[in-house]
Amino acid sequence: MTITTREGDHAYVTQPAKILALKDLTEDTRYFKVKFLDESIIEEDYKPGQFAIMSLPGVGEAVFSISSPPTRTDFIEFGVRRVGSFTEALFKLKVGDTVHLRGPYGDGFNMESLRERDLIIVSGGLGAIPLRSVLLYVEDRREEFNQVFFLNGARSPADMLYREDIIAMAQRGIIESHLSVDKDDTGEWPYHEGVVTTLFPKIADRIVSEKTTAIICGPPIMYKYVIQELLKLKIPKDQILMTLERRMKCGQGHCGHCAIGGRYTCLEGPVFTYYDVQHIKELI
Amino acid sequence: MSKILEFNSKLLDYMSLKFSIFSRYPYRLPYKYYVKNSLDMKTYKMSKDRFPEFIELIKTKGQLYGPVKGNGKYSFEEIEKFEDLDFDYQRTVIGPKKFLTPPRYPTLRYDKSGQADVFVSDEPQIVIGVHPCDIHGIKILDRLFLGNIKDPYYEKRRNNLIIIGHSCLPDDNCICKSTGTDMVEDGFDLFFTELAGHYLVWVGSDKGLSIAIEAEDFLTEEISEEEIQEYVRWQQKRSEMFKSEIPSFKYLADIIHLNYDSKVWDQFGEKCLSCGTCSLVCPTCNCFNVEDRISMNTEDGFRERILDSCTLPCYSMVAGGHDFRPDRTSRLKLYYTHKLKEYIGRWGQPSCVGCGRCVTYCPVNINVITVSEALYEEVCENQEVCE
Repeated sequence: MTITTREGDHAYVTQPAKILALKDLTEDTRYFKVKFLDESIIEEDYKPGQFAIMSLPGVGEAVFSISSPPTRTDFIEFGVRRVGSFTEALFKLKVGDTVHLRGPYGDGFNMESLRERDLIIVSGGLGAIPLRSVLLYVEDRREEFNQVFFLNGARSPADMLYREDIIAMAQRGIIESHLSVDKDDTGEWPYHEGVVTTLFPKIADRIVSEKTTAIICGPPIMYKYVIQELLKLKIPKDQILMTLERRMKCGQGHCGHCAIGGRYTCLEGPVFTYYDVQHIKELI
Repeated sequence: MSKILEFNSKLLDYMSLKFSIFSRYPYRLPYKYYVKNSLDMKTYKMSKDRFPEFIELIKTKGQLYGPVKGNGKYSFEEIEKFEDLDFDYQRTVIGPKKFLTPPRYPTLRYDKSGQADVFVSDEPQIVIGVHPCDIHGIKILDRLFLGNIKDPYYEKRRNNLIIIGHSCLPDDNCICKSTGTDMVEDGFDLFFTELAGHYLVWVGSDKGLSIAIEAEDFLTEEISEEEIQEYVRWQQKRSEMFKSEIPSFKYLADIIHLNYDSKVWDQFGEKCLSCGTCSLVCPTCNCFNVEDRISMNTEDGFRERILDSCTLPCYSMVAGGHDFRPDRTSRLKLYYTHKLKEYIGRWGQPSCVGCGRCVTYCPVNINVITVSEALYEEVCENQEVCE
């Protein structure tokens, strides 16, 4: 069922994992690389877009998107923004400290089904964290995909995540990246200025709508406008994929917090299609 | 998803095989009356004089809980002696869900050396006097906690629980006839129907059967034609006693769907106090929050689950402060939509069992009756679908 649950374990068993590396991505966002203490756990049986639940005894549990791809085993990576009591405690940890993990949960992007397709990956703000898993999957299995466009919107140059990595991937021809910031407060931003939707004209003429899949992740406000752009490009409704955020406590359909109508985001999401959005109220 | 479907179809198979014969009748009629030589379901008769002795017997099986009156209200409490029990009640404030998903319970204990799961002990808990609606409530919780991914904490409590049902007569707030949960066919270990001088006792499980075998001195399988007639008359009388109903309960899912943008929700949202009472008393509300509590010595503590309610503020708030349901209207809409409509899609039936607790306890009269009536009228006004 999940990589951290072995036979005989119940659904809430957590596995200790050691922090291998830490790096500040922005002022308040940090990269975590962890490895399970139990060497027999191999982290390859998951999909980009899935999430895991991190636990610190005495602090609590919280849900984080996995930002490493299943093609890279032996470790799991996260990107965490310091916004609450749990992440506050997480930021105090050092390399070598232990966190407890369970998961992965949810239904992610089915990358196998996207073979031979063009991808438009649209990221806004922290949306780059789960989408990094998609990007690295594409990097590792580049031959499976056709054109790959990456559109990224950030508030300011300092808020942009994984800047060097993305530019390096673009230089190697793995993706075609278009980067944007809402407002350039440094005066040194070499790329586009404006919201992420203003990047679409740069790729519009090269989109073949019937063989393109769009993957979106960003702040709640972003989805509506990005979807409008994608519909203008005539991307099929079931090929507009998005990963959504909701409050979650259990990750397995028990606690009820992530319910949208009768769907539990933790079981049937966090990846939904625009077709779902049209039929499930309140999704975006 | 396939697991859920598999579970549901198994459940349906099981029910149709085992119970189709009985399902036309309120409760189950004594088996021998309809099916000769059936080994499935046993029905006994117990004289009322012997009931105290039976209580003494089951008290030896584990900790006994039953309906007790106190402070003008009923609740399931520990039973010391037979006289404490009071079966002449309509509803307890909180249903038997408190034995399965208590309002607060630890799941994990930790200290500096590590962490360990906290499970309840193996001692059986016996709850007597559970009404059909509450048994249906437990069945709904079972589906949620055991149907898909098993919740180990619930499973342990559920396996320890022995449910002894008891017949009831409705008051003005009971709506279980509308919701189709006024009868119960399974989900209990024993079920007592109170008639003039005796009880009819149905056995619903192996655990129930083993108790019945042990209590054979008090029980007889000799049920006369006349006694069966008495039971049927009692059922008819009970059935006619229901005064309240949910209009078009069968079509409520569609009515809610048509009314998604209705102003009715705003009117109720305006009135709602966001107090969470409805979730506290609802026998199927089980949403929980998870919190870590450190003890005063700062060295150890517990991870606890705490009953939550989708009508409370911040229910859908994520870290960083974005709230997906910032207003009372949207939270109330989630409560009723999830309960009355979406549950049907997921589990094949709504999660309202018609116990009437929200009718009794909501301080501003928002309940399944008022909500469904308002929505029903709204549909009738706007679209000519009602006769």
